[in-house]
Amino acid sequence: MARRLINLRPSRQGALYLGLLPFLILIALYATGSSLRLAENPDDKLLPGFSVLADAVVRVAFTPDRRTGTVLLWADTAASLARLGMGLAVATAAGLVVGIGNGLLPYVRAGFSPLVAVISMVPPMAVLPILFIVFGLDELSKVVLIVIGVAPFLMRDLQARVEELPREQLIKAQTLGASSWQVVLRVVLPQMLPRLIDSVRLSLGPAWLFLISAEAIAAEVGLGYRIFLVRRYLAMDVILPYVAWITLLAFAADLALRALNRRLFPWLAAGRGA
Amino acid sequence: MTEVTIRHVWKEYDGDVVLERVNLDVAPHSFVSIVGPSGCGKSTFLRMLLSQEAPTRGFIRIDGQDLPPEPTAERGVVFQRYSVFPHLTALENVAFGPEVARAPLLGRLFGSRRKAVLEQAAAALASVGLDHAGDKYPAQMSGGMQQRLAIAQALITKPKVLLLDEPFGALDPGIRADMHQLMLRLFDETGMTVFMVTHDLKEAFHLGTRLVAFDRYKTRPEEIGAYGATITLDLALDRSSARERAEAMVGLADKVADQPA
Ligand SMILES: Nc1ncnc2c1ncn2[C@@H]1O[C@H](COP(=O)(O)OP(=O)(O)OP(=O)(O)O)[C@@H](O)[C@H]1O
Ligand SMILES: [Mg+2]
Repeated sequence: MARRLINLRPSRQGALYLGLLPFLILIALYATGSSLRLAENPDDKLLPGFSVLADAVVRVAFTPDRRTGTVLLWADTAASLARLGMGLAVATAAGLVVGIGNGLLPYVRAGFSPLVAVISMVPPMAVLPILFIVFGLDELSKVVLIVIGVAPFLMRDLQARVEELPREQLIKAQTLGASSWQVVLRVVLPQMLPRLIDSVRLSLGPAWLFLISAEAIAAEVGLGYRIFLVRRYLAMDVILPYVAWITLLAFAADLALRALNRRLFPWLAAGRGA
Repeated sequence: MTEVTIRHVWKEYDGDVVLERVNLDVAPHSFVSIVGPSGCGKSTFLRMLLSQEAPTRGFIRIDGQDLPPEPTAERGVVFQRYSVFPHLTALENVAFGPEVARAPLLGRLFGSRRKAVLEQAAAALASVGLDHAGDKYPAQMSGGMQQRLAIAQALITKPKVLLLDEPFGALDPGIRADMHQLMLRLFDETGMTVFMVTHDLKEAFHLGTRLVAFDRYKTRPEEIGAYGATITLDLALDRSSARERAEAMVGLADKVADQPA
């Protein structure tokens, strides 16, 4: 019998092909566009051919830079990931502490929740100049921008998750003799960690946005800095591989966090009926 | 041995009276079955016994002491749902109480002390027939298994009073009968006092040593907020005749919802 569309599922292999198809189409479109433009004007810089791209990759990723002696891509990557990692680590720690405090303790909520709600409405990019003035043009201002951009979301999200915990669980823990601190340690924290990791995954996009913006404005090294530097020479052959590399890094971080969640919290999978 | 005294208890929500003039003296080692129509305030009554909520007026005492203002280990509870921790295995769920009692700072034991507690927990699991499910997570267990687990978890800290809010409501009749046997055995072994809310009259009569029915005595729409429900029937099941029990059952049958035919 013919099934409804909502019940029709591709096989595993079919899903794989379907997933790859749009990428192949995009690559094909690029290749056509590129060769059309190059046929018209061999010096065209907008859509460089694959061989030009490959040359640029070899230049930035595998050859030491003449001026600095370092390999540009790796130096940029190390600098950017250090900033991103530091910013996300601080934001995550703050999100965890404030989120659980606001979600669980009425006094803390009364004191902090309005503040967090207001801060989360401040557009982070609008305070970037202030950060540059206060923290200087070095690493600190970029890390702080990521923290300011991401932490309020994590705090509010985690607070909501804590408040969603069935009241029965908190009552139950108290009838078993648990103190507030023990409720945090044994009931709330373990159930919040996987949710926190999920929220951090969602924050990866904004975190990269803030990082690249800050690097574009003031930096001496970094993925965002490089892209905006070579933009002056219309160096699409460098920009495109950099963008692809950043995308790959973000994608890998997302996958890694997801795997971490599944690895650390087997009860989650049990809850989904696995 | 635990005596519970409930005097002139009223409960209002935003000015609407839910319960009024509730008076009850419960002798040590009683099993109080609580029945009544949906929404009459049975769960509210249990929440007050648990200190999850405070009475608007009146007081509740256990062994002559006013109830503490928050839930404590002397009163255990099994809810209809969400009674066990989803992130802990069955064994860890049962070990939770002893662990937090012995590890104030970390809430968790290590090494030989942990082993001792886990052995105690395993024995408690075995006593509710869950010997083989120790390392299962609640989501991997059936409804009946989860309620057994919740009972073992609540009893391991030896509460003086156990509060049950429709604990077997979601279980099928066969499993329910098993749970009744289990419950009666544990009641005899522990000497505690039990309050159990149920919608199943047969269950109420079968398990209880005392039956308490809540109901509204004024039911016109304009009277709903001003008057609450109160105790309309109070029957000592262990001392009443078969005829009294039969009459009570008939009298209650059309008032208590969800009555299985
Ligand atoms: N937190 C609350 N705020 C306001 N009203 C409440 C609250 N909790 C309960 N009520 C009201 O109190 C009344 C009694 O509720 P309760 O849950 O105690 O009923 P119940 O007898 O347990 O019903 P059921 O058999 O359906 O579980 C209901 O009318 C309900 O709307
Ligand atoms: Mg109820």
